[in-house]
Amino acid sequence: MRNLMLTIIVMMLAAGAAVAEIRIPMVFLKQEIDRPPTLSNLDPIPDDLGEKGAHLGLSDNQTTGAFLGHRYLLETVLIPVGGDPLAAADQALEQTPFLILDVPADTLLKIADLPAAGEALLFNTSSADMSLRSQNCRANLLHTLPSYQMRSDAMMQFARTKRWDTLALISGEHPEDQAFADALRQSAAKFALSITAEKTWTFDADMRRNAAQEVPLFTQDLGTYDLLLIADELNDFGRYIAFNTWLPRPVAGTEGLRPTAWAPVVEQWGAAQLQSRFQDLANRPMRPQDYAAWAAIRSIGEAVTRINSSEPADLREFILSDTFELAGFKGRPLSYRNWNGQMRQPIPLVTQSALVAQPPLEGYLHQHNELDSLGLDAPESACEAFQ
Amino acid sequence: MKHLLFTAALSLTTPLHAAEIWVTNEKDDTISVIDVDTLEVTRTIPTGERPRGITFSKDYSRVYICASDSDTVQVMDPNTGQILHDLPSGEDPEQFVLHPNDRHLYIANEDDAVTTVVDTESRKVIAQINVGIEPEGMAVSPDGKIAITTSETTNMAHWIDTETRELFANTLVDSRPRHAEFTAGGSELWVSSEIGGTITVFDTANQSEKAKIEFAVKGVHPDRVQPVGFEFTEDEKTAFVALGPSNHVAVVNAETFEVEDYILVGRRVWHMDFSPDKSLLFTTNGVSGDVTVIDVASREALKSVKVGRFPWGAAMRP
Repeated sequence: MRNLMLTIIVMMLAAGAAVAEIRIPMVFLKQEIDRPPTLSNLDPIPDDLGEKGAHLGLSDNQTTGAFLGHRYLLETVLIPVGGDPLAAADQALEQTPFLILDVPADTLLKIADLPAAGEALLFNTSSADMSLRSQNCRANLLHTLPSYQMRSDAMMQFARTKRWDTLALISGEHPEDQAFADALRQSAAKFALSITAEKTWTFDADMRRNAAQEVPLFTQDLGTYDLLLIADELNDFGRYIAFNTWLPRPVAGTEGLRPTAWAPVVEQWGAAQLQSRFQDLANRPMRPQDYAAWAAIRSIGEAVTRINSSEPADLREFILSDTFELAGFKGRPLSYRNWNGQMRQPIPLVTQSALVAQPPLEGYLHQHNELDSLGLDAPESACEAFQ
Repeated sequence: MKHLLFTAALSLTTPLHAAEIWVTNEKDDTISVIDVDTLEVTRTIPTGERPRGITFSKDYSRVYICASDSDTVQVMDPNTGQILHDLPSGEDPEQFVLHPNDRHLYIANEDDAVTTVVDTESRKVIAQINVGIEPEGMAVSPDGKIAITTSETTNMAHWIDTETRELFANTLVDSRPRHAEFTAGGSELWVSSEIGGTITVFDTANQSEKAKIEFAVKGVHPDRVQPVGFEFTEDEKTAFVALGPSNHVAVVNAETFEVEDYILVGRRVWHMDFSPDKSLLFTTNGVSGDVTVIDVASREALKSVKVGRFPWGAAMRP
């Protein structure tokens, strides 16, 4: 009798083990920031930027998880302006090692360096900062948003292909504008193009006429060039440049033809389905940061699906391996660079109404992966944390 | 017996025209009809919005068309090109398969993560089955007992018991599964994975993975070798596999699972179908807007036939 009982208990335990589910709690942590005023309010930045992308990733993961006994949970933590992101991150790390981060670059580093984050798997979905992919990289921090240089390389591949050899550049004064301008300069050198004239947009209250009227004069002394680049990451003045330039020339960068992680005009490779799922969920088009948050959560989901584990170290190792591939609706499998944690991805070049090209363009070869012709390749990155 | 029935069906419908390949043009909302003898487009028929999946009833008296953006399956008289009626299909039908009973359509609803079963006679939805995200590939076993839906984002083949209309197994495949077919008398299921770049072969009896077929096209980056649609020759010894933006069709030995050949076709090749005697294969090439005609015996492309914009599905009418 006692033996029978024991058998029953063993059987119950075995049955329990068979249905034991894998639980993946995740936290989307967002630091709210004060944004400087812009000349136009035509394109307000949605309050739920990134957050909705994370939610879509969650629901995609949950559907797959339902068939496999994998349970995904997502909590959103919003830190108000002036709040303490480190305390919030510490608290989140008590619940889960999986954080999806929408915070400025310096905060990212502080969170990655928290003692509690040592074994965590963090995703940067908001900062394009180059140093995070180079000398300031962290082994526990992966990046799903493309860096400034991935975008600027995409831009220059296109200019090179078009033989627009001579470029002019107008940049804004904000640190983000300057960072993108720097990336454009480096990419121009990388693809053997020359930026022959540069100006900084410094208009202030002294401007007596509207921006549109100032632009012809402002661009008159740029000399001759094939393409006018604009580095205006905050979307402040760029919209007034096109068609107002002294010379009739195309405009590209943050305005006109834009290299971007994602845009509503991306519809090939099944992207139309992702766009419509997002639109249904968020009631607005999907933006680059939404895509980055979606990709981060999907990367976790894809890894959990394939290796059936909830251990951050195992998942990190798999995500950085050659076997990992994420179907990201950009026509090629997405993977991660194992030298700096950046997600490889094609960069759509878009206008307001169409996809123009999607670098890497044909002819830009690479010994391992053509996607590595965009952004910091292994020899260029000063990142050592991944070795 | 099966042969006899087939012949009987043929004699009912064939006298009026030569055999044809019907091609859905996703971005033209039309069907291009190609004459198999002359290899020319003989007519272009308007359809609902974004036509993709296309299949004929067993006696070829009806043609079913997934009009994805019209959220319906259209039923057309192939002789007149008239739409007879629409079937309730669920949202965004992309692909479907007709059950061997010639009556039930199993439809993948891409935007809804469900498979819809429609009775083509009563014109009613008889079941909706929850599957993974972006269902696409559809197949039914020759005995009609198992239906398959593949889901592109969930990366699974979902096995549906057609009697209970419930899932009895879910098997993982590589990224973005696109197309499924039973072969070898129903004992094997093949599933192509577009982003994974593979075909997984399952043993139908226990749903275990039997083989994985990989592709390598000379001079094309592996990322661009993306298997989508595929079809088997009559003897089921050879499979032709469309490899998407690599612009090639692979010829696979279905017994050894080895790739024997690659045939250059048009750009972004999607799906295909054979001529009635299976001597010619017609592939739809989405980006180049044409159909490549392949000689099956010599494994050579014979001709490109210009069709509408973004040709997607292909179905033969004897």
